[in-house]
Amino acid sequence: MNRPLAKSIPPKVWAGVVLLALALALLPFVAAFAGQAWVRILNFAMLYIMLALGLNIVVGFAGLLDLGYIAFYAVGAYVYALLASPHFGIHLPFWVILPLSAGIACAFGVLLGAPTLKLRGDYLAIVTLGFGEIIRIFLNNLNAPLNITNGPQGVNLIDPFRIGSFSFARPEVLLGVAFSGPQKYYYLLLLITIGVVVVNLRLQNSRLGRAWEAIREDEIAAKAMGINTRNVKLLAFAMGASFGGIAGAVFSATQQFVSPESFGLFESIIVLAMVVLGGMGNIPGVILGAVLLTLLPEVLRYTMEPLQNALFGRVILDAETIRLLVFGVALVAIMLYRPAGLWPSAVRKRELEVKGGAA
Amino acid sequence: MSVSSSVLLAATSIGKRFGGVQALTDVSFSIERGEIYGLIGPNGAGKTSLFNVLTGIYMPDSGNFTFDGAPLDRLKPNQVAERGIARTFQNIRLFQNLSALENVMIGRHIRTHAGVFGAIFRDRRTLAEESGIESRSYELLDYVGVANRANHLAKHLAYGDQRRLEIARALATEPKLLALDEPAAGMNATETKALKALLDDIRRDGTTILLIEHDMKLVMSICDRVLVLDYGKKIAEGSAAEVQKDPKVVAAYLGGEVTLNLRRA
Amino acid sequence: MDTFLQQIINGLTLGSVYALVALGYTMVYGIIGLINFAHGEVVMIGAMVSLSVITALLGAHVQLPSVLIILAGLIVAVLVCMTLAYGMEKIAYRPLRKAPRLAPLITAIGMSIILQNLALMIWGRNYLTFPTLIEPTPHNILGASMTDLQMLIVALAGLLMAGLVFIVQRTRLGMAMRATAQNPQVAGLMGIDINVVISAAFVIGAALAAVAGLMVMTYYGIAHYYMGFLLGLKAFTAAVLGGIGNLAGAMLGGILLGIIEALGAGYIGDVSNICGFPWLGDTLQEKCTASDGQLSLFGSNYQDVFAFFVLILVLIFRPSGLLGERVADRA
Repeated sequence: MNRPLAKSIPPKVWAGVVLLALALALLPFVAAFAGQAWVRILNFAMLYIMLALGLNIVVGFAGLLDLGYIAFYAVGAYVYALLASPHFGIHLPFWVILPLSAGIACAFGVLLGAPTLKLRGDYLAIVTLGFGEIIRIFLNNLNAPLNITNGPQGVNLIDPFRIGSFSFARPEVLLGVAFSGPQKYYYLLLLITIGVVVVNLRLQNSRLGRAWEAIREDEIAAKAMGINTRNVKLLAFAMGASFGGIAGAVFSATQQFVSPESFGLFESIIVLAMVVLGGMGNIPGVILGAVLLTLLPEVLRYTMEPLQNALFGRVILDAETIRLLVFGVALVAIMLYRPAGLWPSAVRKRELEVKGGAA
Repeated sequence: MSVSSSVLLAATSIGKRFGGVQALTDVSFSIERGEIYGLIGPNGAGKTSLFNVLTGIYMPDSGNFTFDGAPLDRLKPNQVAERGIARTFQNIRLFQNLSALENVMIGRHIRTHAGVFGAIFRDRRTLAEESGIESRSYELLDYVGVANRANHLAKHLAYGDQRRLEIARALATEPKLLALDEPAAGMNATETKALKALLDDIRRDGTTILLIEHDMKLVMSICDRVLVLDYGKKIAEGSAAEVQKDPKVVAAYLGGEVTLNLRRA
Repeated sequence: MDTFLQQIINGLTLGSVYALVALGYTMVYGIIGLINFAHGEVVMIGAMVSLSVITALLGAHVQLPSVLIILAGLIVAVLVCMTLAYGMEKIAYRPLRKAPRLAPLITAIGMSIILQNLALMIWGRNYLTFPTLIEPTPHNILGASMTDLQMLIVALAGLLMAGLVFIVQRTRLGMAMRATAQNPQVAGLMGIDINVVISAAFVIGAALAAVAGLMVMTYYGIAHYYMGFLLGLKAFTAAVLGGIGNLAGAMLGGILLGIIEALGAGYIGDVSNICGFPWLGDTLQEKCTASDGQLSLFGSNYQDVFAFFVLILVLIFRPSGLLGERVADRA
């Protein structure tokens, strides 16, 4: 809901914020006890938070169903990969490439949105899906006759983020504490994620955010009130795409390898599932959705496989299959029983209650 | 841009066809600044179609509109609103799951400017604008008499309050012409009286009103002039009193040669 | 390089399959306004089930002519798919009939994922080969060749489509379907059981899908748990191309899309051959002579992109499709 801009914050909230900050600061070390892999999983969770929040602008705020969102992630990732790796021999610093990634992804968003945003909901969904696939196919095939993307082999040896001689990829001892590469990245990602969250909160609670809500509620009335729905929708697309692009660039740098495989339809659907599961339009809900859907499959993988080995002597369902099955079932179940999501925004809950799911 | 002519809206030979149905044929009329202009006719006469053509939801097949000295050709609904024509809807199209206040705040959209950068960086100008939007919206809610329900959801408001909220939202766009589609529909006598008072206030404060209505008492008591449509054609235009006595109008409503006794309220 | 006619024949064959699948999409969309994302997976299940049955019968050395073995596989596949579609509709889509459009769409995506992964669990990750039971003897038609299989596919598809038209135009169920497609509420008031009609749409579509699945598998010789996705998307494109909700449109769209794809894949290499461009520098001249004057920007590996481009173009420039859409009034 659009609250008037808060002027004062009560002390209880401050205490909560401090506690949360402390917890977040210590998290990578706690995770490291279980292994560096878990720190990487935390980093992935934050990447997905960024993606989910970006998609949330499109799906949650403006009510536009985008099934090809991962294309913007891909664009951002490849822009970084091509400008900071041996592939073309260009090695620009990350603070130059990040805005480029965001900008080029944004341009693609506008390119896609301009002719298609007038389509009705389900058609827009299919068109965006097609767009996502087109991007993936091009990334996979632009290696002949001119090798632009290196095709299915992908681009590797991508530069990590560097500030001068400080690299985020190397383990290092700072102020007497040992930080691994992923742990250093954690803090950077945390900063970027917080930035993304703040920007989203501000967008939601603004003239633009209200315009998005209006379009989602009743597009004809919104037009009658003078809102240029086409441009406002395009803005949603562009903003969502920009966040996707930023996340993509960060992904490129942390993984140091990208290939078209990571950017298929399922990835788009996973991000959508996070937004839907968490509660479309509700920022805390979407963050929750992203965290749950990143951590849960990993937890499953670490428990299910040993469990199956113990019970059956072999793995019947590998982690990937379980992950996808869980997604599929989750999508269906959520729509049937809690269509407004786990932690719905107040508005969405009302919207979906009246027309309502099964329960 | 603004001509000192007294005519705010002039319609010339408006025609519109939907498939096999000729909804409007050669409809011409003019609305003077500051008047309350009524649009009446039996059901299916084309009144809402005329509204929809005026506000850009449909394009006329023939004819044109001139608004405030400039043509209104082929404009989209949001552009029409930007020019200064705001409307309400026959079936109430409020943003149901948003509060009354938020509904009106959205009405302020076209007269304000903050964009992406303003939203993200919350500079002084944006903050001042937001504060202005909020206070103006409260004012408008108060003006139409719904201020005590500001934070209630639009869909939880009483029917009469909803209609008035829709008017407040339209007023938020600072229109020169307020086009109301059956604002008194479903209202009882008391509510209608309050509505009449509100419309009088709006006219007094400088906004011209175009009004579709079926409530003849209201029409006769408040409209300066009236346009009568039947089967998409104009059959009479003039003062309320003149139109009331016009035998063509009577025949259209009653289908016979009967004089009506409509007293002014 | 195949001749133009050859491409047409190939396109016609593939297009017939697209048409069968497109009919399933179009019937469901026409009646309840839902894009049945999982429909492509039903095609895949049809292929896999028939393959399993056929392989089982062959493995058990059952002494039956090949035709009957295939028929057995087909019948089982059709039954399985019909049951599957009925179940899906009842469990996942029916409760959401009144929900905003987003909800059943997401559910459909979820169902699609579930079906794919169930197939993965049952049949594994590898490509499965279809045993050659029908010798693909080519016949010469005006210089191009058309195999027995291609003729069979086109003929069978045509027969099924004619059958569907008969059902829709000449039976009571068909009339009920047409009425429901135009206005579900009023149809209900006239005593039509909407649930039956909608289930029928799903079930008939699934039957056609099963046949299509078997066709695709025999044509390409392989089956795979992921084969339904792309095929489904293309078939949906075909439905939109012809006019969603419009049966004739789905058939026309399917065949047209098949031909467009075949021609596109066949000629894209030539069209995007940059060696043909006069103003090229020396470096490219070398590469061109080295590869026989053929240096294509886009090869036939871009084949799948055609369908998507067609989809986007149709939706932008003629969203109601070639023959006009027929969707229920949901204003």
